[in-house]
Formats: sequence, C-alpha cells, structure tokens
Amino acid sequence: MARSDVQLMLDVKAGDEASFELLLQRYRTPLVNFLHRMVRDAALAEDLAQEVFLRVYCARRRYEPGAKFTTWLFRIATNLALNAIRDGRHRKAELSLDEPAEDSERALELPDGHPTAEQQLLEQHRQAVIRRAIFRLPEKQRAAVLLHKYQEMDYDQIAKILGCSESALKSLLFRAYEALRVELAPLVGLAAEAEQGRAPAAAGEGRKA
Amino acid sequence: MMGCKYTADSILAYLDGRASAAERRELEAHLHHCADCRARVEEFRRLWSVLDELPAIEPSPAFDARLRERIAAAPQPSPWSWLAPAPRVLAAFAAMLLVAVWLSWQSPAPAPETRSLEPGRSELEFTMIRDLQVLEDYDVLANFEALEALPVATEPDERRM
Ligand SMILES: [Zn+2]
Repeated sequence: MARSDVQLMLDVKAGDEASFELLLQRYRTPLVNFLHRMVRDAALAEDLAQEVFLRVYCARRRYEPGAKFTTWLFRIATNLALNAIRDGRHRKAELSLDEPAEDSERALELPDGHPTAEQQLLEQHRQAVIRRAIFRLPEKQRAAVLLHKYQEMDYDQIAKILGCSESALKSLLFRAYEALRVELAPLVGLAAEAEQGRAPAAAGEGRKA
Repeated sequence: MMGCKYTADSILAYLDGRASAAERRELEAHLHHCADCRARVEEFRRLWSVLDELPAIEPSPAFDARLRERIAAAPQPSPWSWLAPAPRVLAAFAAMLLVAVWLSWQSPAPAPETRSLEPGRSELEFTMIRDLQVLEDYDVLANFEALEALPVATEPDERRM
C-alpha cells in the first residue's frame, strides 16, 4: 500500500530523500496546474511550484503532523501566488492575454463541418476563454474555485487554506460560479445546444463579483 | 428560485457531490415540481462541464532538476541541516543549558561546559535567523484555526525571482 502523505513527510523529516521525491511526484502536476491557473503564466507557475517544494524541504525538520499535508502544501502555494500577483510578477501574463474578449463570440460562430485543424483551433479558443474567465475572478474567488473544482477538496480544507470560515467560503464559491456562469454564457449555451439541440441560454440575472 | 428554500449553497453541494444522501433525495424531490430550481441546477451543471474542458498542463522536463538546483543553493543545504533545531532538540538543548548553569552555580569557578556551549548556541541562533521566513510561514501554517479572521498572504514579499 502507498504510504500516506503524512508518513512520507515524517520520513523526509527523518532524512529520507527518496520520500521527498515521492511527494514531488505526487504533487508536482497538481501544484503546477493550480498555480498556472492562478497566475496564468506557465514559467511563473513552475517557479512558484518549485518554491513551494523548496519551502517544504527547508521546513522538514520542523514538520509536525497536524493539518492534512495537502492543506499545508496548497496554503503555501496560495500565499505565494497571491504575493506574486501583488508584486506584479504576473503582469506579463496579463498583457499577453491570448484571446481578447470581443473575439470570443465571433470565433464561436464558425460554421460546422470544417477540417480538424479548425475544430482544434475552436477547442483551443474555448480553453483560452475558460482560462481567461477564471483569471478574471478576484484572486480569492479564483483560488476557491480552483481548489473546489479542479483539486476537488472539501469545503473544510479549502476554508483552512484560504483562512476563512466555511460559510464565507460557500458564499465566495457561489459568487465565483455566478460570475463564471455569466462570463462563460456563450460557451455554456453552446454546450447545451450541442447536447440537447436547444437555443443558447441567456446570460441570466447573475451579478458580477 | 425566489422564495424557494433551496439556496445556491445546497444546489452547489448537490452538484459537487458533497451533499448527504438525504439532502440529495430532498432536493431531487423538490426539483420535480420547481422549474426555477431545475433551471438553476441545469445551468450549473452545464457550467460544470464547460469548466471540465480545461486540460491539465504537464510540468516541464527540467522541473525536478531546477528544483534540485534551488534546494542545493538554499541557505540551508543538507550537510548543515542538522543545525536547524527540531523542537525536541531545542528542548534537550535548553535542558543541557540549565544543567550547565546549575553546575556553574554549584561550583565556585565557572564550569568549562558553559563556555564551550557558546559557539554552538550562536550558530543555532544564526541558522534560526537565516531561516526566519520559513519559520514564520510554518507558524502561520501550523495555526490555521487562530487565523480564521485574518486575510490570506500575510507574509512579507522577499522571495527571489
Ligand atoms: Zn425551488
């Protein structure tokens, strides 16, 4: 059976470098993805993910199993991402937004039955629109959505990572999903149309956070 | 949805699978005769599947090598890391110091152990100061509950690029 994160971390504390490698293998990709979606810059995301592991490694002698290991890990990651954003280290990414908002609907009106290359382009475009919609959320809402939707964490754990109460987190998440629903209305509508042959849904009365 | 007792919270919990079986049954029964809630659930469900379209990226092949470089260059490389005091080591050290002080009180001349401990102690303090940021982070991270009301990201911004 695989050793738990806590057991691995205790082994790292005791000087076992191989256990650190295992933790690295386990969380490298989730961390890089979380940070990438937070700062929207792949190089910066890698830099920050390395910083997270570096800090875990440097703090290994003082590790005491208390909160879940991933709570600790993602709390460091969240703090580093928020700092990087505040320092303006992500500005480069913000300026190089690959898809301007006005283009999104035009691109979505491409006729059907076109070659795969165009379908691929459309797919990439949809992904860029989703990325940008997430990036446009206020930082804390963004972190909440990423931990909830993509890391599939419990409310309790996300609340600990973000340093808020569970009820505050729930309203944070709700506002974030409402904003996403509005922002992504064209995609949400088209997805439904493709599924059920229905007309795209209107943006609705949702408010922007 | 207006005047309906099912809030966005419960719909969210229903969709992400975090609602209890009883809560799920109750909401499902309600959905049969509430078109507003049904529409809301459907909208969130669609949003959910749109968000699923986002693919995961892979870390670059150089990720681990770069991390190892950074660990090697960190202010606390592994050959010296035993200097970083674990709580138990620190407690043992304090006990030794107490014994040494007590011994020096007992004997008229200062005990040689006390003086021989000094360089080790300052070295420890130096390591702790060098390592302060990590320590601060750790204290914050080890005490979530006490910090619930505080904003996130309280640490100073003194990271390297
Ligand atoms: Zn209802």
